[in-house]
Amino acid sequence: MRVLAALSGGVDSAVAAARVLDAGHDVVGVHMALSRSRAQLRSGSRGCCSIEDAGDARRAADRLGIPFYVWDLSERFEDTVVADFLAEYAAGRTPNPCVRCNEHVKFATLLDKALALGFDAVCTGHYARIVASDDGTRELHRAADPDKDQSYVLAVMGPQRLARAMFPLGDVASKAATRAEAAARGLSIAAKPDSYDICFVADGDTRGFLRDRLGARPGEIVDTAGRVVGQHDGAYQYTVGQRRGLALGRPAADGRPRYVLAIEPVANRVVVGPADELAVSSLVADAPVWFGAPPVAGARVQAQVRAHGVPVPVVVGRADDEALQVTLAEGAALRGLAAGQSVVLYDGTRVLGQATVSRTAAVARRAEVPA
Amino acid sequence: MTVYLDHAATTPVLPAAAQALADALAHVGNPSSLHASGRAARRTVEESRERLAASLGARPSEVVLTSGGTEADNLAVEGLFRARRAADPRRRRVLVSAVEHHAVLDPAAWLAAHEGAEVVLLPVDSDGVLDLDAVRRELAGHGDEVALVSVMWANNEVGALQPVAEVVEAAHAWGIPVHADAVQALGQVPVDFEASGLDAMTVTAHKVGGPVGIGALLARRELALEPVLHGGGQERGVRSGTLSAPLAAAFAVAAEAAVADRASFAARVAALRDRLVAGVLGSVPGATLRGPGDPALRLPANAHLTFAGCEGDSLLYLLDAAGVEASTGSACQAGVPEPSHVLLAMGVPQDDARGALRFSFGHTSSDADVDRVLEVLPGAVERARAAGLTAVHA
Repeated sequence: MRVLAALSGGVDSAVAAARVLDAGHDVVGVHMALSRSRAQLRSGSRGCCSIEDAGDARRAADRLGIPFYVWDLSERFEDTVVADFLAEYAAGRTPNPCVRCNEHVKFATLLDKALALGFDAVCTGHYARIVASDDGTRELHRAADPDKDQSYVLAVMGPQRLARAMFPLGDVASKAATRAEAAARGLSIAAKPDSYDICFVADGDTRGFLRDRLGARPGEIVDTAGRVVGQHDGAYQYTVGQRRGLALGRPAADGRPRYVLAIEPVANRVVVGPADELAVSSLVADAPVWFGAPPVAGARVQAQVRAHGVPVPVVVGRADDEALQVTLAEGAALRGLAAGQSVVLYDGTRVLGQATVSRTAAVARRAEVPA
Repeated sequence: MTVYLDHAATTPVLPAAAQALADALAHVGNPSSLHASGRAARRTVEESRERLAASLGARPSEVVLTSGGTEADNLAVEGLFRARRAADPRRRRVLVSAVEHHAVLDPAAWLAAHEGAEVVLLPVDSDGVLDLDAVRRELAGHGDEVALVSVMWANNEVGALQPVAEVVEAAHAWGIPVHADAVQALGQVPVDFEASGLDAMTVTAHKVGGPVGIGALLARRELALEPVLHGGGQERGVRSGTLSAPLAAAFAVAAEAAVADRASFAARVAALRDRLVAGVLGSVPGATLRGPGDPALRLPANAHLTFAGCEGDSLLYLLDAAGVEASTGSACQAGVPEPSHVLLAMGVPQDDARGALRFSFGHTSSDADVDRVLEVLPGAVERARAAGLTAVHA
């Protein structure tokens, strides 16, 4: 097969490309230029946006002896991932830009372009497994190493795109094993630090980035009774479940720490309260993507709501092409879930589907009960 | 077999130039040293300088050796600006054509950002040829405020020859020095520094069969030029740095050959180019030749085409996979093809500018190269169109 290996400049994608090459495929390396300000020579610790990362990707391709190109997808990235990130925060929601990048850029623009140019598949360094099921369809499963598993951010791609994807690192025992393999292959990036945070927020200061791009919008921080307990300069800078950085002048009456319970974008208010009010009993999510038939009502499955979150047992209320509704199983606990987050349903290691949280119902707080 | 049609980026080193380089590398000696080895190296440099000068229509003392075209352009723009402004503080305007190489545009922009220069981008027509009326209007309005004019002899992307003689005449009427980047012109059209009337002119070795790493700024002896590189005072004190006798020797051999063979070379590559252009226009729907349609008004080795609905990086990949090496415009650092400032200055729509390919011929080009391009290009364009303008739409 002709395989396009997306090379970020990191160790994972380089080893993934090497494995596909070993398997006898015809491999071409492509580095996606995603940043508008790629003139920066940045330490390679934040992913795929700097000249250094592009150079590392090129050197990996050199070492593997495969052709290498840089494709400028920065406009697409800006128009979808960055714009969505800003719009979601402005609307008081909590987006996951990595999910949107996989949805709109990597397994959309890049994959479509690759297929149109004659490639059969796109290979990335994500940690997830693709398993052929009994009926010949392909299933997305968690990686062998649960610590590195990235099926959560990949689930959004759905079954059609999965059919054109290759994740050669799904069965690697650990990141250390990937690094060891990179070193054994003579890849100079074997010891390069992992990427973390959000790749387009150069210095890791997400609040500063949002303030720069959305502008200051001062408003009030209130408690659940509506009493003003502090000020903010942009409600979009807060995330449900957040505790640090609230800078509240007056301590809570009961002395307990306070958390962000809700963002009210229209009123430009941030609601804070005690931890127990963060507990969620059920959720509704939009725009579901299913791998195979959706689970039936009453099915007992697991839901994960964060990239490195612990899956919690849930009972399916509704699962179809329009919406997903689940209720936490008895004894299960989930705290600080915000609209905009991605929810992925699992049956053991198998990904069932993905959707974007639109509403939640709290255990302790007065709130609309999801339909 | 690889079809190399990117000679405007760099062209294979001539065997005679490689031999001259290797021969000189065998000898020790800093040309600035006073002992016998130093004198021998110095002799190699000075003989090379004399041969370069003779090939280029310059005096030996007018040849300032540099590391290449970019350094020569930087020296011309920054060196002239600073010398002129020091003599007359009113002269802060820098006139450059909108289609200059970044080696001219960027130092001009740097001077604007850091030293109070006012950069005037002189417009071009839809063929990429400088608008002389705009030059004359600019001089009539601000002639006594202009530090320098820089207009390339021939454009590196679309191959348009520029009216350098007319620019010189107009600028000299106001006492303004003129620099031209002749990097692409040398070896393709007659280039004679003395006859051109230019005050400064950039050339480089690796576009004419010499090695990468050496070029020259030809600068009239009386021209005031502030140095950009400071140090040992080599090259009239304008360009410090140890002189490379091997590179100078190879440059001289290549330039001599390029000038001596120019007429027959130009006729040969023009015939290949014309056949390529006619073949592409006849077989690829939506293909447009950019730059002057009259072959006499463009570099003989240059063909520049845009393909509506294609993205340059898709075309480049598909051709590369088929063994055809071309360019989306000029090579760039990040490896990301961006819509060319040259095409945009010519008024080419942004989407069309994304689908640009430059084929440039050289001394190793053959009819078989053209055959191969005509064989693979139609399919590549069709496929690239299917892939679409992903970066813009999708």
